[in-house]
Amino acid sequence: MDTTSIGHDVPVGLPLVMQPAAGGSSTVQVRARTVGEAVDALIAQYPGLGSLLLTPEHDVRRFVNIYVDAEDVRFLKGLDTIIAAGQRITLLSAVAGG
Amino acid sequence: MVSTLSPDELQRYSRHISIDSVGVEGQSRLKSARVLVVGAGGLGSPTLMYLAAAGVGVVGVIDDDVVERSNLQRQVIHGESTLGVPKVDSAHRRMTDINPLIEVRPVTERLTAANCFDILRDYDVVIDGSDNFPTRYLVNDACHFLGIPCVWGSVFQFTGQASVFNVEGGPCYRCLYPQAPPPELAPSCAEGGVFGALCASVAAVQATEAIKLILSHGRPLVGRLWLYDGTEVETQVLKVNKDPLCPLCGPEATITDLTDLSYVCASPAAAPPPVATISPETLADRLERRGRAEDDFLLVDVREQFEWDIVRIEGARLVPQGQMAAQAAAFPPDRDIIVYCKSGGRSEKVARVLSTDFPRVLNLDGGVLAWAARVDPSLPVY
Repeated sequence: MDTTSIGHDVPVGLPLVMQPAAGGSSTVQVRARTVGEAVDALIAQYPGLGSLLLTPEHDVRRFVNIYVDAEDVRFLKGLDTIIAAGQRITLLSAVAGG
Repeated sequence: MVSTLSPDELQRYSRHISIDSVGVEGQSRLKSARVLVVGAGGLGSPTLMYLAAAGVGVVGVIDDDVVERSNLQRQVIHGESTLGVPKVDSAHRRMTDINPLIEVRPVTERLTAANCFDILRDYDVVIDGSDNFPTRYLVNDACHFLGIPCVWGSVFQFTGQASVFNVEGGPCYRCLYPQAPPPELAPSCAEGGVFGALCASVAAVQATEAIKLILSHGRPLVGRLWLYDGTEVETQVLKVNKDPLCPLCGPEATITDLTDLSYVCASPAAAPPPVATISPETLADRLERRGRAEDDFLLVDVREQFEWDIVRIEGARLVPQGQMAAQAAAFPPDRDIIVYCKSGGRSEKVARVLSTDFPRVLNLDGGVLAWAARVDPSLPVY
C-alpha cells in the first residue's frame, strides 16, 4: 500500500550536528501519522541519518531526544506517539561546548 | 544570615536595588551567596563578569588551562595581557577590576571524581560552563549528591542550550541526556567551532538563572530546556521530565558515587580496534609515486571546509567528518584510504569506522600540522 499520502505534513527540525547527513537542511518536511513514520520517512529521504537516529533493532538511540512540540516522546509513547496536524518534531542531540 | 550593605555597595548596586524584586534585601542575598563556575572559557567568561558585577559575594572558578590566543575570539574575560596566564588568575584579575568588593576563589585544577566534592561543597549554586561530556556528567552527579542546583549551558557553532538541574524535585542532566553522543556527533569547540557572541547569549541566561535562584525570583529554568538558534534567531523551550528510570536521581538509582568518565561513548562495548598510521614522510613519498602512476590510493581530509581553506595537502579530497557516512559508499573498495585531520584525533575516529568497510585504512600521524612541520614548512598552520 502506498502510505506516502497518509498523515500530516510534519516539519522535522534537525540539530546542527545532523544537518550534514541531510544535505545541510535544518528542517525537513515529511508526511507521517506517528513519530516512527516520521523517522522512517526522514531516513528514506536521507539514509545517512539512519544509523545516527536508530539502533539496528530500530530503537531510538539514547543520545537522541525526539520532541513533538515541547514534549519528549520518551515520556509519551516513543515512536508510536501520534502526531496531530500542525505539530512539529524537533530532534535534539547533546552538545558539550563551552 | 543576610548581609548589610555599605554606602559603597548601595551606590554600586543602585540599579539593582531600585528593582522591586531585588531591593536591598535581594542585593544582600547576592552578597551572602557563593557561586562556583566550572570553566573560564566561552561560557564562563561572560558569566563570571556578570556575577562579579552583580555583587555575588564569593565567586569560585575552576579551570586548569592557560589563556591562548585562540581563546580570545570568545573568552572575553581574558586578553592579550594575560596570554599564557592560568585562566582562573586571568579571570580573577578582570573580576577584581570590575568589582573589588567581592571575593574570587580561583582553583587551577581539573575537576575529577577525587576533588569534586571538596571543591563544590562550599557553594550555593554551580554553573557548568565546561567543554566536555565527562566533566558535565561529573558536575551533574556531584551537584545531585550535594543537593546543589546546577545551572547548565552548552554551545555549538550558532546554537546554544541551557537548563537548571538538581533543584529539589526537578530533573537532572542524566534525565535529559542519559547518554553522551558518539564523538562524530559531538565535535568539540576546537573541532566544530563556536561563534563568539553566541557564548554571551547562553552565558547571560546562565548568569540570570543563577541570580534568580539566589533571589528566589521568578520561574527558574527547572524542568525546561532553552534552545537558541542564532542563525534563525529562533528560541524554543522544551520540557525536561524527571526520568523515573534515571540511574542517578530515579527511585531505583544505580549510581551511588562519583566516577571519572575518561571517555563517554555511545557503545562502550569492546576496546576500539587499532588504527594503522602513516608518517608524513611516507605519505609524501607515496604522493610522489602516485603522481608517476606507480601508486594508487585515496587521500581524504576529514576536517571542515574552513580548515581546508586555511591549509590542505595537495592531492587530497575534502570529506568532512559529518558527511563521511553518506560519501564513503562511493569510495573505491580496492585501494588504500589515507585520512587526515588537523592533528590526527578526528581522522583516527573516522579511520576506525571506515576500517569496517574498507580493507586498508591509514591515519596520517600528527595530521596536517605534522605534515606542515615535517614535509612542507611553507604551509600556514592554525
